[in-house]
Order: sequence, then structure tokens, then C-alpha cells
Amino acid sequence: MMVSFRNRVALASILYKEIHRFMRIWVQTLVPPAITISLYFVIFGSLIGKRIGEMGGFDYMSFIVPGLIMMSVITNSYSNVASSFFSAKWQRNVEEMLVAPVPNWVIVAGYVGGGMCRGILVGSIVTLVSLLFVDIQVHNIAVIIITVMLTSAVFALGGLINAIFAGSFDDISIIPTFILTPLTYLGGVFYSISLLPEFWQGVSQINPIVYMVNAFRYGFLGISDVSLTVAFTVISLFIVTLFTIAMVLISKGIGLRS
Amino acid sequence: MQAALQISGLKKTYKGGFQAVKGLDLEVKQGDFFALLGPNGAGKSTTIGVITSLVNKTAGTVKVFGHDIDNELDTAKSFLGLVPQEFNFNQFEAPIKILVNQAGYYGVPRLLAYQRAEKYLKQLDLWDKKDEPSRNLSGGMKRRLMIARALMHEPQVLILDEPTAGVDIELRRHMWDYLRELNAEGITIILTTHYLEEAEMLCRNIAIIDQGLIVENTSMKALLAKLHLETFVLDIAPTKQTPTLAEYPSRLIDDHTFEVDVDKSQSINDVFLQLTEQGISVQSMRNKSNRLEELFVTLVANNTAAKVKGN
Repeated sequence: MMVSFRNRVALASILYKEIHRFMRIWVQTLVPPAITISLYFVIFGSLIGKRIGEMGGFDYMSFIVPGLIMMSVITNSYSNVASSFFSAKWQRNVEEMLVAPVPNWVIVAGYVGGGMCRGILVGSIVTLVSLLFVDIQVHNIAVIIITVMLTSAVFALGGLINAIFAGSFDDISIIPTFILTPLTYLGGVFYSISLLPEFWQGVSQINPIVYMVNAFRYGFLGISDVSLTVAFTVISLFIVTLFTIAMVLISKGIGLRS
Repeated sequence: MQAALQISGLKKTYKGGFQAVKGLDLEVKQGDFFALLGPNGAGKSTTIGVITSLVNKTAGTVKVFGHDIDNELDTAKSFLGLVPQEFNFNQFEAPIKILVNQAGYYGVPRLLAYQRAEKYLKQLDLWDKKDEPSRNLSGGMKRRLMIARALMHEPQVLILDEPTAGVDIELRRHMWDYLRELNAEGITIILTTHYLEEAEMLCRNIAIIDQGLIVENTSMKALLAKLHLETFVLDIAPTKQTPTLAEYPSRLIDDHTFEVDVDKSQSINDVFLQLTEQGISVQSMRNKSNRLEELFVTLVANNTAAKVKGN
């Protein structure tokens, strides 16, 4: 697809604005995940982890590292777009883009790109912090990179759709609190889903985060509860579906145009 | 000359059934300085919202330099610059970043955007505030920031929705001068304002909108010519004697303030002659009220009365 010069400049401007926003408030956006992850390592890794023993053939600390990194990627890519786009709606500076000849896909790509950048940057910070606690092994770097890119895109799109519908700041915390957090905690971050009774293993199959955490863990440890092909297919389907929904919503001007 | 803006049969009904615009027709010529006046809720901001694609229209066509917003929206948008009524920039962002990003949305490369931002921030006396969070700017500065932002892509048409609301008199006059300069450079300017004096001072053509319809669309000159009567307030040397004027309705407000109504067919010279004969000295003179305001109130009142009668 040929992208015109004007659209490239517009996309770069939105991306720049988004990255500049979360870098400007780095104490709120980049530091907390590093602190949270350190606490997880101290409590689940050092204190409780030693009593748990091995999981999937690895010590517990090594087993949970990929899941914890993925958890921070998910949370940050989602919340970055949700709060930034909602704030742009609330302050009405979203109109700066709406009055300009910026195609809808550029708006979606710009915000999603910004969310992905934050998710990946926080994921990198968390990985570096992890190195203080555990030796990280890498089984397949390509799988790690592809999984983190696709997963951050899924949740950045989710955050954008949340912000489009949100009418108040409360509305952008409801989904993360009541849906995202439970799905993440039940998504195999802290355990292998093979430990669950058969019924709950079946239920876990409908949790998309299971596929993301497992694909990511495969990249590090070479083990996974689900096949990589299935995982990438599920994640890609989510991206296509959510992108389509976001485009329809912005084209119709839901929550943006009266 | 080509029309910068052509609106025909524009209708907008909001969810819930409120019809804000009821079949509006309007044409603004290229290079014009045009006023769109109307009371609160008349449909001015809705009309501007439709032109700038912030509001979805229900019916009608809008063309900007011949480009229909239904078929060539991006081209139409690139001709327009909008200064909205309410502050709609990121209050946490610095003016320079706001301007450069805005230019980027129109495809202006970053280096050129910085050069333009410097030019407009300097012209609008905001250069020393370029790196401050914009929430720290005063109300007048925020208004000027929005003007600078609207100019970043060098639009052919600048639409200003109440640009001088809350701006002090001195600053307002500076803004008027700036807008006149832009118009002289060839930019078509469309202005809505509550300050009728502003429209009278700046605009060549005017449309008055009320209850979603244009009730008057003419040149400012022609509109003002419709006024038959003007009231002058004369400051006179204190006197106990009540001046009397033949053929001019007049009244003494206090011992040094005298009001006279002068019809268009009459000469004001006669007023001075008669007062001089009575030994009354006039020290200064001014118009009692804004002339346009008077006309505006009359037109809107007539429109409302016609509607009531029609019902």
C-alpha cells in the first residue's frame, strides 16, 4: 500500500505526540511497572517461589518471568491508549485531528503505535529488572519479538475502543479492573494451565491472554501449553477484528462527532 | 470571483430531535471578511461544525472552493483553518508542540512546521511562552494560540467562532488588526461574534442567523443603511435650562447630558444651530448604542414574531 507523504507526516506527528506524552510523565508511566515487577519477584520468586519448586521443568521464578513481562506489556499498551485518547476527547484536542485531512486509519495507527511503544518500552524495562533476580534464557528471539508486538497491538486497539466509548474517566478503568486484570491473572502468568482440572483448562482456551503468555513463554523457555500456530492465529484474528471495530467507530464518529 | 464557501439546504437534527439548522443557504466570496451573527442557540456553531466536519449534517451540501465535503473532504479540509469557541488544545502541552503537531496533521514537514510556529508565535506575542505548559497561559494568550494553530497549514479560509470572547479591549484591538492583515494578504475570514461592534468594525458582508435560518444576508453597508434613526448623547455645559429642539425628539437626562434622536433625512447641523441659539455649549458627542446591535435585535425579534404568527 502506497502511503502518501502527507499521511506519513501525519502518522509520525501522532506517534511523536504519543511517545512524547508518556515520556514526559515517565514517573507515572515507566517507573511503577519496574517497582511492581520487583515486588512480584521478591514475593512470588524469592519468598514463595522457593517453596513451590519447579513448574514446566523450570524453577518457578524463571517460569513466571515471561508472564510478568507480558502482563506489564498488556497493561501498559492498553492504558496508554485508553487514557491518552480519552483525555484527547475530554480536552477536545482530538478535534485537532478531526478537522485536519488525517485518514481514520492514520489516527488508529498513530494511537495504537504509541500504545505499542509504551508497552514494548515497559516490557524492556521489566526484562532488565528481571535480570537482577534471575538469569533469563532465550529460546527463540523472533517468537519473543513477534509475540510482544502483536500482543501490544491487540491491547492498544482494545484501549482505543474503550476510550471511544468512554464518557468519563471511570469508564476507562472499568474494563481494566473487571475484565483485563482477571483475564491476565487467569491467563497462565503464574501457573501452567495443565495444572487445572480439565473443565477449567477448557474454559482457559477462550481466554486470549493464555495464547499470548504461552507464545511468549515459548520464546524464552521453549515450553507452551498451546501450539504456536494456534496462538498466532488467535492473536492475529483479534487484531483484525479490533482494528475493524475501531475503524468503523471512528468513521461513524461515535463519541467524537455529534 | 470564486466562492470560498457555498452552503445550500443545510439541515442538522441532533439525536433527540432538536433541529439546530433548518435549510440554511449561504455563500462567502473568496477574500471576504464575513460575519455570521446570531443569538445563542441560533445554529452558528452547528453550521461551523458541519463545515469543519466536527458535526455530521442531516441534509444539504457544503462546498469549500468548489470541493464538496461529501466527496472531497480531505481537499476541503486543507483549505480551512478553525479557531473554535472553546479552548480545545492539550492543556499540558507546550504551545510550540501544539503548533508543530497540528501542522503535521496537514502533512507539513517538521522543520518547516518549526519555522512557521516561530513566525506565528512571534507575530502573536507568544514566543516567550513557547515552552510553558499551555494551561499556564492567560485567556487572551490561549485565544491567540488557537489562531496561530489554525494558521499553521496556511489555510485559504479562516473560521473564527467568537475569537475575542473574554479578551480585554486592548488585546481585542490588536487581534482585529492582525485579522485585518491576514485578510489583506488574501485569506477569507468568516467570523462569529457576540460583539456586534466587532462585526461592524471588521466585516464587509454579514449574515444574521436565527433559529437555524438566515434572516438577513447582505453587505454591512447595506445593513447599516437600513437604520433610520440614530440616538446621539451630547455632553453639554451644565445648565438649568431644558434645551428645546424643533423636529428632533430629545430629552435632558441630567444637567449636563442631553439625548437627541436624529432621522436619516435630517441633518445634525440643525441640532447644533438650535442649541447655539439657546446659548447651550456642546462639549462632546457620542452614539448612544451600537447601531448594529439595534438592528440585530430588531431583525431577530421580527423573525421570532413571524414564527409565532406562522404557528
